[in-house]
Amino acid sequence: MFGRLVYESFRRQKRRKLLAGVAITLGVGVATAMIAVATDIGDKISRELRTYGANLIVTPQEDTLDIQIGGVDLKPPSDGAYLNEADLPKIRGTFWHHNIVGFAPMLPVNVHTADATNLTLLGTYFSKRLTFGKEDFVTGVRITHPWWKVQGAWPDDNSSDLLLGESLAAKLGRKPGDEIEISGNPHRIVGILSTGGAEDHQIVAPLALAQQLLGKPGAVRRLYVSALTKPEDAFGRRDPQTLRGAEYDRWYCSPYAASIAFQLQEAIPHSHAEQIRQIAQNEGTVLSRIKGLMLLVSLAALFASALAVSAAMATAIFERRNEVGLMKALGAGSLSIAALFFAEALLLALIGGTVGFASGALLARQIGRSIFDSQITIEPVLFPMILAIAVIVTFAGSAMAIRRAVKFDPVYALRGEA
Amino acid sequence: MSSKLINRRAGRPHTSMFLRMLMRAAVLRRGRAASALLAMVVAAAVATAMLNLYVDVQAKLRKEFRNYGANIVVVAKDGQALPVDAFDKVDSALAGHGLAVPFAYVVARTPDGQSVVVSGTNVDQVRKLNRWWSVTAWPKNSQDALVGVRATTVVSPQGKPFDLSFQEHAIHLNPVGTLQTGASEDSRIYLSLKDFENWTGVQPSTIEIAFSGSSEEISTVTRKLSQALPAADVRPVRQITEGEARVLGKTRATLAAAAILIIATAALCVLSTLIGWVFDRRLDFAIMKALGASESLIGGFFAAEAAALGAVGAIVGFGLGVGVAAWIGRVNFHAPVVPRFNVLPIVFVGSVAVALISAVLPIFLLRRVQPAMILRGE
Repeated sequence: MFGRLVYESFRRQKRRKLLAGVAITLGVGVATAMIAVATDIGDKISRELRTYGANLIVTPQEDTLDIQIGGVDLKPPSDGAYLNEADLPKIRGTFWHHNIVGFAPMLPVNVHTADATNLTLLGTYFSKRLTFGKEDFVTGVRITHPWWKVQGAWPDDNSSDLLLGESLAAKLGRKPGDEIEISGNPHRIVGILSTGGAEDHQIVAPLALAQQLLGKPGAVRRLYVSALTKPEDAFGRRDPQTLRGAEYDRWYCSPYAASIAFQLQEAIPHSHAEQIRQIAQNEGTVLSRIKGLMLLVSLAALFASALAVSAAMATAIFERRNEVGLMKALGAGSLSIAALFFAEALLLALIGGTVGFASGALLARQIGRSIFDSQITIEPVLFPMILAIAVIVTFAGSAMAIRRAVKFDPVYALRGEA
Repeated sequence: MSSKLINRRAGRPHTSMFLRMLMRAAVLRRGRAASALLAMVVAAAVATAMLNLYVDVQAKLRKEFRNYGANIVVVAKDGQALPVDAFDKVDSALAGHGLAVPFAYVVARTPDGQSVVVSGTNVDQVRKLNRWWSVTAWPKNSQDALVGVRATTVVSPQGKPFDLSFQEHAIHLNPVGTLQTGASEDSRIYLSLKDFENWTGVQPSTIEIAFSGSSEEISTVTRKLSQALPAADVRPVRQITEGEARVLGKTRATLAAAAILIIATAALCVLSTLIGWVFDRRLDFAIMKALGASESLIGGFFAAEAAALGAVGAIVGFGLGVGVAAWIGRVNFHAPVVPRFNVLPIVFVGSVAVALISAVLPIFLLRRVQPAMILRGE
C-alpha cells in the first residue's frame, strides 16, 4: 500500500514532482560544478602562475660571484665554473618530474661583431627535443619564459641562427633575414626578440653555438627550472638537515619549492639549486588567496542551492494539504503521512541528485575548457558526497513543511481553509 | 453612526481599496508571503555578494600581485646616471599610485682584489617593494650593509666588518644582515643611498616602480615617464605584467561563471516560489473576477504585489549581501570588500523584474479559465 501510494503520487502529480525535481537537479548541478571548480582551481591557477617563468635556479656549486648589473654580465666569460649539459635530462628522473613544467639552460658569452664590441650572446634552448631513458620531451625558453615574444621566427636549436634583442636590433639597424658577423663567421638573424628585460640588449642563440664560441662544449652557466609547487607552510620552511625519518620522507615527498630544489641538486652533480624567491614565494600567497576565494564562493553556491531546494519542497508539500486532510479523515496517523512525504523526498533527492551531479560535472568541464583550456577533473568520491548532501538538504527543506502538513486539521484542509 | 461609516468608506478614494487588498493579502497569508519574501531576500543577497566580489576582487588581487615587486623599470641609457630630478619626476607621474625606489650600482673591490657589485638604495622602501627578500636583519645605522648570501663568503665569511674600495676611495662596512633571493641580489651588497653617494659619488642609474593599475594604466604611465625622462629607458617588466594580467583574467572569468550560475539558481528559486504562491491564490483571483474586476485590474494587483515584494526583498537582500561580501573579504583577503552601491540598481531592477515575471506568468495562464471552474475547485 505504501509503495503504491508513493508510486501513484509520482504518476499522477507529474507537474509538481517535475518542478521539485528540477529545483533539486538545478541546485545539485550548481553545487557540483562549483565544488569541482573550487577543488581544481588550485591546480589550474598554479599552471597559470607558471607564466611568471622559472621559480627555481640551478648554478654550479663552486660558482664565483655574479658581477651583473641590470642583467648585463661584467665578468670575463672564461671565469667561473659550469654545469654539464649532459646532466640536464636527469631532471626527468627526479621524484617530482611530473611537476617540472620545463627548464632552460643559459650560457652568456661576450662576443664582438663587426659594428659593435662587448656584446652578450646568450646561449639557450628554444624548444629542444631531449631524451631521458625511453622518454622524449621538449623543453626550453618557449616554455619557461612565456613572455618572450619574437617578431619573425624562433631559431632551430640545431642551427646557428640567432635572435637579436629589440633594443640591440634598433641600435644596429638589423631586421629578420639580415646577417650578422660574430667572431668572423656570418650568422642569420631569424627573429627580433622582445622580453622587457636585459635580453633586449643581447643576442640570443642556440646553446651549442654559445658553447662553440666560448670553446667549452657542454658548458652551462645557469639552469632555470619552472615547476609546479605547493605553497610553502611552516613544515615546508624547515631545514631538511634537522628532519628525521618519517618527517624527512614527508618533506621530501611534498612538492615544496625547497624540496624540488633539493632533488634537483641531487640529480645534477656539483650543483646548487635554489628557489627564486620573487616567483616562488609570491606564487603561494596568490594561490592561497584565489583558492580561498573560490572555496567561500562555492559555500555561497551550496547555501543558495540548499535554499532553492527547500523552497521548492516546502511549496510542493504545502500544495498538497487537501490530500493530507483526506488521508487524515480516512484514519492515517501522523507517522505514516510523514513517512510518505519523506519517502517521496528521498526518491526525488536521489533522482534529482544523480541528474544534477551529471549536469554539474558537464558544466564544470565546460567552465574548465572555456576558461583554462583544460579539463577539470571530477573526483568520483564527490558523487556519494553530493548525493548525501542532496538528501540531507531535501529532508531539511521538507521537515518544516511536513511538520505543518501533519498538523492540519482535516476539516479545514478539506474545506480549503488551511 | 452607520451612515457616517458608509459615507466615509464611499468617500475614500479608489486607490485605498487597492492598497488595503495588498496589505491584507500580505497580513492574512503571513506564512506564504514570508517564505516568498525570504526567497527574494536570499536571492538578492547572494546576487549582491557575488556582484560585489566580482567588482572588488580585481583590486584585492592586484594588491597581492604587487608583492611581486616592480612592474616598471627606469634605466639610464648607456650606463650613465639618471638626472638629479628624475626621482621627483617619477614620483609626480605616479601620483601616489605606486612605490618608486632608486638604485645605484658600482663594481667595488675587496682588499684581496675580488670584484663585487655594491648597490646604494633606500633601504626602507626596498623592504616595501621587494617583500620576497629573505633578510636576517635590515640595516639601520650609517655604514651598515646588507650582504647577499653568496657575497658573504667573499667579503666577510665570519660576519666581521670589512673594507671595500672603489676608485681609490675606501669604505668600512658592518655586515648587519644577510639577504637571500635566489637571484642576482645574492651576489651583491646593499647600502643606504647616503653612504653610497658619500663613498663613490655615483648617482642612481635605475628606478624600480611598483605601480598598481591595469595594463592600460601601466602603459599610460610608461609613456608619460618616457616623455618626462628622455635620457632614460622606461619599460614595463613584461614578466610581471603579463603573468598578472593572465592570472587575474582567469580568476575573474571563473568568478564570473560562478556568479552567473549562483545568480541564475537564486533567480529560479524565486521564480518557482513566487509562481507557486500566485498559483495558490487562484481562489482569490476567481473571486475577484466573479465580483467583476477587470483583467487589467487583477493583473495590476498581482503585479503591484510582486513588485513590492521584489523591492523590499532587493533592499533587505542588498544589505545582507554587502555583509556577506565584507565577511568573505575579511576572511580571505584580510581586508573587507567595500560596498559597491552601483550594484544596487542592478540588483533592484533584477529582483523586481523576476518578481513581475513570476506574478504575470500564472495570471496569464489563468486568464482563460472560467472563474466558476476554479471556485468549484477544479
